[in-house]
Amino acid sequence: MRRADLRKDHAVLHRMQLLLPLCLLALFPSARADSTDEQTDGLEERLAPCAACHGEGGRSASEVYFPSLAGKPAGYLYAQLENYRAGRRRHTIMENLLAHLSEPYLKEIAAYYASQQPKWTPPRQARSDDELARGRELVEHGDADLGVPSCRACHGERLTGVAPYIPGLVGLRPEYLSAQLAAWRSGARRSAEPDCMAEIARRIDRDDLYAVTAWIASRPYPDDPRPAETQPRELPLECGIVR
Amino acid sequence: MRRRILIGSGAIVAAVAAAALWLAWPDLLEPAEIEATPIDATPELVARGEYLARAGNCIGCHTRRGGEPYAGGRAVRTPFGDVFSSNLTPDEETGIGTWTSADFWRALHHGRSKDGRRLYPAFPYPSYTYVTREDSDAIFAYLMSLEPIRSPRIEPDLRFPYDLPLAVAVWRAMFFRPAAFEPDPARGAEWNRGAYLVEGLAHCKACHSPRGRLGAVDPDEAYAGGRIPGLGWDAPPLNPRGEMSDAEAADLARLLATGVSTRTAVTGPMAEVVFHSLQYLTKRDIDAIVAYVRTLPARSAAPERGPWLAPARLQSQMLAGARVYAEHCAECHGDDGEGKAYAYPPLAGNTLVTSPSPANAIRNVLLGGYPPSTAGNPRPYGMPPFAHRLNAADAAAVLTYVRNAWGNAAGPVTPEQIDRRD
Repeated sequence: MRRADLRKDHAVLHRMQLLLPLCLLALFPSARADSTDEQTDGLEERLAPCAACHGEGGRSASEVYFPSLAGKPAGYLYAQLENYRAGRRRHTIMENLLAHLSEPYLKEIAAYYASQQPKWTPPRQARSDDELARGRELVEHGDADLGVPSCRACHGERLTGVAPYIPGLVGLRPEYLSAQLAAWRSGARRSAEPDCMAEIARRIDRDDLYAVTAWIASRPYPDDPRPAETQPRELPLECGIVR
Repeated sequence: MRRRILIGSGAIVAAVAAAALWLAWPDLLEPAEIEATPIDATPELVARGEYLARAGNCIGCHTRRGGEPYAGGRAVRTPFGDVFSSNLTPDEETGIGTWTSADFWRALHHGRSKDGRRLYPAFPYPSYTYVTREDSDAIFAYLMSLEPIRSPRIEPDLRFPYDLPLAVAVWRAMFFRPAAFEPDPARGAEWNRGAYLVEGLAHCKACHSPRGRLGAVDPDEAYAGGRIPGLGWDAPPLNPRGEMSDAEAADLARLLATGVSTRTAVTGPMAEVVFHSLQYLTKRDIDAIVAYVRTLPARSAAPERGPWLAPARLQSQMLAGARVYAEHCAECHGDDGEGKAYAYPPLAGNTLVTSPSPANAIRNVLLGGYPPSTAGNPRPYGMPPFAHRLNAADAAAVLTYVRNAWGNAAGPVTPEQIDRRD
């Protein structure tokens, strides 16, 4: 190859390099830096503090107590950020990180994690068949005597949640799920009033709590983990998070 | 004999009278009747009041977490116990709905409530006393324009003897006199505006000064920095170390207005102040604050000595720290601690890193944090938390390293300090 050709190729390449960011900008207009944002790098770098526990793109490396955020509905994620700020959920580090971020920024963060591809998680074996049977009963049909609706009534037929406010339950560790239900029972975790989940968590006993979470965690990870777009039926309880 | 008794009892009576007079002295400086100026709450006045309430960061203390703005109920932790902020909304029963502009002025200027109760100085009236009546009336007009919210007063929870009514009276007699702001004719308008804000509404002194055993600020030590009671964060000294250059002054103005500058970022309680208060101030007022702060007399705070470490141990801490730094910190803060303006503060030459007490640096490493979202920096970069990724030995090593690398020189940090966060 002659030197001049090389130079020509170089020039073309160079022009393409210049064009590429422009094309990307056109694809993602929201990624464009605003006038005060001198650095043009995107949200991901700004969310390094979140990734430290929740993983890149919100796919947690240690799922147990640092839950994955990827693919959870945006309204649910934003409500949790609000809950930490309002003291309805407690975690020193989360509270410290979120205390002085604006509503638009927090909404942008929630939308970012909602748009991320969730991570496949393997199903987990329950302790006994009895436990599984009781768990399945509660998840699919609830318990009319206890006044507990089925999980599906709110969290979607496939338990993948319903956008934008109701989170999926699949892909979460049983330890995390039972810790959340227990926290709701004790009042350590709260949501906007009327706090329907707290109500339900208080109606079931400890064995039921473990049965439900064991059955949910034993489910194979769905092919399509995305939350449902619409709520097919009216919610069985009034929930403050659903606005 | 009788004469001696007479003299003796006379002396006692005189002593008691003198003590009573001394105790009542701050109250006696209060006029018998304060005129309640009628307030014509024009939109302009209300807007001015809102701006001034921002400058005073009233919302910061007078809002409970998750509660309605200005409805009070937030615990203010002091070494003497907890006091709770009051409801500033115009609710007639639990707020200031029945107050007049005179009652409000009395609280700000004299530190006494409508019912005559002497207020605890956790409400920073030793600073607010400098607020003019005109500004007080504007703030009052704004607060009266808010939606009334029912939020009953919470009784303070103070230790004996600080819970006795006499305790506040003694404190006031010792440390408080109502005063008016006196402009310094030798200085320009900008400096005087800054002095009025810093000494008065912005009550910077309340955090940025050491406090004595009874919680009062010694005027000679004002702005020399101090531990914020109950929070464990240090408020750094405000008085500059020597002459502040124009570039440094511009940087400070940027820091106060946006929460970030080329040199540093606000963290901890100061993030709250920028978020709720300073970001809303005009450029003129921010510049005025800086103009005043840069003339504060330099004070030589007693050098606080760090823990002594044997040279060999210090050496091994530095080596271990350098390794931790390369693995966890260098990607953002740079190999030489040079940082990246407005995103990752430089650590080389950063006085918040090298301050005598490492309390803030420890908190920043363990808890991480974001500077506040502000109009000038709406989507801040942040510091990841390391509480669960570094053990106490590694955290101590990396802090010792950044406090002593690249020309920095400060006391080492021990794992015990990490555990105590101190």
